[in-house]
Amino acid sequence: MGFTIDINGTPRSVDVDGDTPLLWVLRDVLGMTGTKFGCGMALCGACTVQLDGSAIRSCITTIDSVGNSRITTIEAIGATAIGAKIQKAWLDHEVAQCGYCQSGQIMSASALLRDKPHPTDSDIDDAMSGNICRCGTYVRIREAIKLAAQSQTKEG
Amino acid sequence: MTFDRSSPGAYADLSRRNFLINSAVAGSGLVLSLSLPFGQGKAVGNDSFVPNAFIRIGTDGQIVLTMPYVEMGQGTYTSIPMLIAEELEVGLKQVRIEHAPPNEKLYANPLLGVQATGNSNAIRGAWKPLRETAAAARIMLIAAAASRWGVDAGSCHADAGEVVHAPSGRRLRYGELAAEAARMPVPKDVALKPAEEFKLIGTPAKRLDASGKVNGAAVYGIDARPPGVKIATLAQSPVFGGRLKSVDDTAAKAVRGVRQIVRLDDAVAVVADHMGAAKKGLEALKVEWDEGAHAGLGTQDIARELEQATRKSGPVAQNIGDADKAMANAAMRVEASYHLPFLAHATMEPMNCTVHFRGTECELWVGTQAIARVQAMAAKAAGLPVEKVTVHNHLIGGGFGRRLEADGAVRAVEVAKQVDGPVKVVWTREEDIQHDMYRPYWVDRIAAGLDKSGKPVAWINRFAGSSVIARWLPSAFKDGLDPDTTEGAIDLVYALPNFHVEYVRIEPPGIPTAFWRSVGPSHNVFVTESFIDELAAAAGQDEVAYRRALLDHNPRAKAVLDLAAEKASWSSPLPKGRGRGIALQYVFGSYLAQVAEVEVAKDGSVRVHRVVCVMDCGTVINPDTVEAQIQSGVMFGVTAALYGEITLKNGRIEQANFDTYQMLRINEAPAIEVHLVKSTEPPGGMGEAGTSGIVPAICNAVFAATGKRLRKMPIDSNALKA
Repeated sequence: MGFTIDINGTPRSVDVDGDTPLLWVLRDVLGMTGTKFGCGMALCGACTVQLDGSAIRSCITTIDSVGNSRITTIEAIGATAIGAKIQKAWLDHEVAQCGYCQSGQIMSASALLRDKPHPTDSDIDDAMSGNICRCGTYVRIREAIKLAAQSQTKEG
Repeated sequence: MTFDRSSPGAYADLSRRNFLINSAVAGSGLVLSLSLPFGQGKAVGNDSFVPNAFIRIGTDGQIVLTMPYVEMGQGTYTSIPMLIAEELEVGLKQVRIEHAPPNEKLYANPLLGVQATGNSNAIRGAWKPLRETAAAARIMLIAAAASRWGVDAGSCHADAGEVVHAPSGRRLRYGELAAEAARMPVPKDVALKPAEEFKLIGTPAKRLDASGKVNGAAVYGIDARPPGVKIATLAQSPVFGGRLKSVDDTAAKAVRGVRQIVRLDDAVAVVADHMGAAKKGLEALKVEWDEGAHAGLGTQDIARELEQATRKSGPVAQNIGDADKAMANAAMRVEASYHLPFLAHATMEPMNCTVHFRGTECELWVGTQAIARVQAMAAKAAGLPVEKVTVHNHLIGGGFGRRLEADGAVRAVEVAKQVDGPVKVVWTREEDIQHDMYRPYWVDRIAAGLDKSGKPVAWINRFAGSSVIARWLPSAFKDGLDPDTTEGAIDLVYALPNFHVEYVRIEPPGIPTAFWRSVGPSHNVFVTESFIDELAAAAGQDEVAYRRALLDHNPRAKAVLDLAAEKASWSSPLPKGRGRGIALQYVFGSYLAQVAEVEVAKDGSVRVHRVVCVMDCGTVINPDTVEAQIQSGVMFGVTAALYGEITLKNGRIEQANFDTYQMLRINEAPAIEVHLVKSTEPPGGMGEAGTSGIVPAICNAVFAATGKRLRKMPIDSNALKA
């Protein structure tokens, strides 16, 4: 059946079963491959996107549950002020190695800063522990989140 | 040593010039290539010019490096261009990278003799040949400018992509000189820049592959989308070696978006419009398997066989002095047995390969560490000559040795042969973990004799397990031994006057084995560094002082050990329940000392709080990448120490996804300090060293905290309960 959902500010119509995970709609139906497949069970966070600004795992979010909510993906997060700061901090700290999980990391980190502009280490642990990085870039992810938070402060 | 590490084609020695630089006029620019004396097992002469075109300079001044190594997070796409930019006197941004096409002869890794990225040797292999090729290009560009100006080449120099004649102030850009430079003689002896003149090497450089990795633009194998591509996912026989018996696909075919069910001898795949439909279709299949010979196999069966093998003799990997005699005369004897488990790679990008089989030709899209191997094995599976198989390589979402294998490409070709049009075969995470090729299980039986002062006077180790090299690179497996399986077990940093190590090759039934980050050393360094710690404890001596006393002949090893102890405040007291452990290694051509600080809770759970690493990897190319790789290797090793275990029951892998095969997460990640020792020695390998040493460092720290010695991985917290 047909669904029309708001992805990165644009209404997109797809014709799939209602129980199809958003991840496959993005990657295979719409060709938006920045969002990654990692586990299919919300265990690794590679597929993280934002639903009305909150981080969600698109691999277990069915298309029929999205409704009128706004979906933001890695392809558009740089258009938000927080997303752009996170991306810059990621580059400044050379976070990415293989890079495969980093779309999800950045989507989770951007959602964190939206809710908590000055996250503590414990806030970072809570918000980011759902995102696995097999290259083990955790030290730099933490530093980059703190850098992005500082740069927000400086710019008021 | 009983094998020859300097034999060409496998683990070759590049300390002398054993390659030829060739030049050619191609189009209208300068092309420099290398002839490496590998592959055919004979030296290549000037008359057999092979245009592998490592460096190309166009008339527009664009410098193109044909990259024989792949980027999988280790920073190769930045560090290798740094080597040529340094000698060419250009900025890093002026170098553009092209993936090398599959060709074992032209693009072989000089240290392996095959076209592959692994064994931490991209920089080690490229260090001399690529810098000399770039230096030759610079000399030829200078010669071309000098000839045009009618001046002595000695009065000209290269600077920022131009040749400069300082006395007259004239300058010419490389692009203007490329065509003429190609006609200049290739210099025979090329003097390389001394380290003190390096402008790029040794200075942190921004990674050239970073920007696409923060905005979703980076394209991995799994992101390939040739027009009309269908998505398939598969179920392979849950027991290795089993066959497909029957499939009822009635319900699967009724799933919306499912297009086709593909039956193979030992697998079944569902082809659909998207992965959601393919997975749903797969779940709807009713499949019966003929499980075959390994249906009753368990990990304990394999462990028992290996354990028994350590009681028999095997080929001698290294012998120094007379260990049996010294053991008989020793004042004290210490013995131990160690077990290391099978491990899966669990790359974040699940295995996948996209194939378009057209009958007379075949096209593949994949991220691989070994493109020529993929081409060759895909051709065999497709029943086509290799030249009819095109492979498009991609960024790799985690390699760690998994993508040195071509099993996924072969499987995808088998599926694609039955599909009209291109098909992307994507492994579910469960399929990825349960049909990996695994880091081997190893068992070591080790003994040492100590004299009255506690000093080791005899060391005897016999270990049993799979040789990945014997399957993957048979030419490097000689007389029952190979350089990977034994690395870290022999040629130890310590002065051990009577030393005897044997390796017994046992290939386990019913489970395939493969390289896994740090491979041989991931096993051997665990054993040797755990055992030397046991000896220090038996001698009642401090673990750092005990090691240090065996390093008088080895100043680089001693230096990293001393600095690690200092930076970790080795002798300072720790609260109850906490401990520090040290490990020291020389593997992949690099020296590394690591101190782990751990806390063992009352329930036996282990938390790694802090890791101090001191690395002497010779000349550092990109310090930021070296630090990142050590951080990465440490996290990989902490994951293995705390969680890593693949087990078989009734022939099936028991772990399936990240709930049963856990990964370290950010809330568990230690703080990591990395200190690099300044050196002008040739560069050592970086990508794997951090993994092998951290596991024994953690276990030694647990011993310091609890007095309990861990001889089997992963850590069993039940055994550590207070």
